[in-house]
Amino acid sequence: MKRTLFTTLALAAMASTAAIAEEVRVYNWSDYIDEELLTKFEEETGIDLIYDVFDSNEVLETKMLAGSSGYDVVVPTGTFLQRQISAGAFQKLDDAQLPNRENMWDVVSSRTDKYDPNGEYSINYMWGTTGIGANVNKVKEVLGEGAPTDSLALVFDPANMEKLASCGVHFLDAPTEMIPAALKYIGEDPNSQDPEVIAKAEEVLMAVRPYVQKFHSSEYINALANGEICVAFGWSGDILQARDRAAEADNGVEITYTIPKEGALMWFDQMAIPVDAPNPEGAHKFLDFIMNAENMAAASNYVYYANGNEASQQYLNEDVIGDTAIYPSEETLENLYTVDPYDAKVQRTVTRLWTKVKSGT
Amino acid sequence: MKRLFTVIPYAWLIVLFLVPFAIVFKISLSDYAVSIPPYAPTLDIAGGWQAVKDFLGELDFENYVFLTEDALYWKAYLSSLKIAAISTVLTLLVGYPIAYGMARAPEAWRPTLMMLVILPFWTSFLIRVYAWIGILATEGLLNQFLLWIGIIDAPLGLLNTPTAVYIGIVYTYLPFMILPIYAALDRLDPSLLEAAEDLGCSRTTAFWTVTVPLSRPGVIAGCFLVFIPAVGEVVIPSLLGGSDTLMIGKILWEEFFSNRDWPVASAVATILLLILVVPIVLFQRQQQAAREAEQ
Repeated sequence: MKRTLFTTLALAAMASTAAIAEEVRVYNWSDYIDEELLTKFEEETGIDLIYDVFDSNEVLETKMLAGSSGYDVVVPTGTFLQRQISAGAFQKLDDAQLPNRENMWDVVSSRTDKYDPNGEYSINYMWGTTGIGANVNKVKEVLGEGAPTDSLALVFDPANMEKLASCGVHFLDAPTEMIPAALKYIGEDPNSQDPEVIAKAEEVLMAVRPYVQKFHSSEYINALANGEICVAFGWSGDILQARDRAAEADNGVEITYTIPKEGALMWFDQMAIPVDAPNPEGAHKFLDFIMNAENMAAASNYVYYANGNEASQQYLNEDVIGDTAIYPSEETLENLYTVDPYDAKVQRTVTRLWTKVKSGT
Repeated sequence: MKRLFTVIPYAWLIVLFLVPFAIVFKISLSDYAVSIPPYAPTLDIAGGWQAVKDFLGELDFENYVFLTEDALYWKAYLSSLKIAAISTVLTLLVGYPIAYGMARAPEAWRPTLMMLVILPFWTSFLIRVYAWIGILATEGLLNQFLLWIGIIDAPLGLLNTPTAVYIGIVYTYLPFMILPIYAALDRLDPSLLEAAEDLGCSRTTAFWTVTVPLSRPGVIAGCFLVFIPAVGEVVIPSLLGGSDTLMIGKILWEEFFSNRDWPVASAVATILLLILVVPIVLFQRQQQAAREAEQ
């Protein structure tokens, strides 16, 4: 009896060290998952999940290109993913370990093929658009009833921005999002790689920069919700989260998200496994867990972003699947555009332009 | 044995300063590349002597030329030096009276006062800077207080301005100013002041002609301890400053993270170090002079 007890204890000790040994480290965008899913993953698999967040593709890319990031799963946006794949930062996925892949939606995967043909290296996590978040009442107070809240003119016309500056405007700190939008506003090709065309975006952005309170890619969620700013040019789901936080706080702030009528950038955040991931097997388990229809639906219901998982759609709340700001109508979908990554030389022009826009020099 | 003790600091200097600096300098001579790591060429020692020669042949000073071609960089260096200089003066103006008060306080209070100066270090620097966001924000504590007592009618836009950066730097570096000045004032022999007064000096004159000159080593040490790190400061301007607060630390961060251009970022860092070598050497000289004066 004593001996059995001893053996049990020894086994238990071994089992617990094994449990400690198995970890999956995930590096995802901030405010981008229902945290209950993290606990659920740990309970289902017995794997310890270490979950870190970032708010810029550039920071993620720096870590990826430095190598030995220590992460098992990372979530770059399509354009960044493509460049990182060519740098050799990711490993090919093993579909045998991803049975839930059959749940994925061809409408999305046909578009992400542009960045990662046939999804060899990545699966889609969420996708969305980049558009206008507005505190409707404040904007109308400042610009009058006819405020063009459905147009890029709201944020790129200096006449509007000059007035809006009094109630606060935030722009994304992401040149790869802002430059295409500025080009779209003046009727140029948002996907242009031509430095002369990109220079036209600089003119648009320089004209409104004095009225931008801050270039930041995550602070605007709270700032919009608290009523500290009245307009943010940002990511769809983030603005919808701000809308919800304001509604929960019941502070009289009413936020809307609009896909501008000129068209908007459609982007895709892809989950991929770094080439030097310490636990690729665990990473596959996490990817498969995420592709489970109910889990994916829970994530979308929480963060208000559309996902690339067709099977999850039956579990989505009506205020997600039924909201055209999240799942746009066919008509709007046609008006959305995607962009390619800039090549190395253009990239330098773009980032220099962005420093100039942000700092004025 | 004695030799061993002199070797340790030099070994320290080589391992923790010269070797990392050599690596940074080497990267600053490379070119940007889409690869892991994101620069080329990388040294392949297995290739033998020929590989090393090829490697050296590919290095050049292109990135330094690039820095001189764009006004952004020297503007950022100058702006950093200006912000650091103004912050140092402000820190001195705030710190000196505090140090003076501490040195003049009754003996029994001094350990407590000293403790109060050091106490903020028990909290993470990052959290303390974050706390200032809460204080300076439009809906923040300071504005609410000022509105409540009726000094202002509309909230002040303090956050994301150069003012907020100065407040942040002065707050953070204040103890580095207070402690050396306090140490100097504490050593000051009170009988010198009595003598000055006996000889007909007013208290103010005695302060300016006796106390201030004698506390000079402390003031100089404090100023360097604030100025040198403030030039390269990156956390305070990015959290409290606006997008137009130009500081070289922020540019460096952006070159590294936003542009992913390690070679240019390394060139920026190398020049920053060269700029700081001047005040650091001056500081060393001054410290040595102070030691010799004491002996």
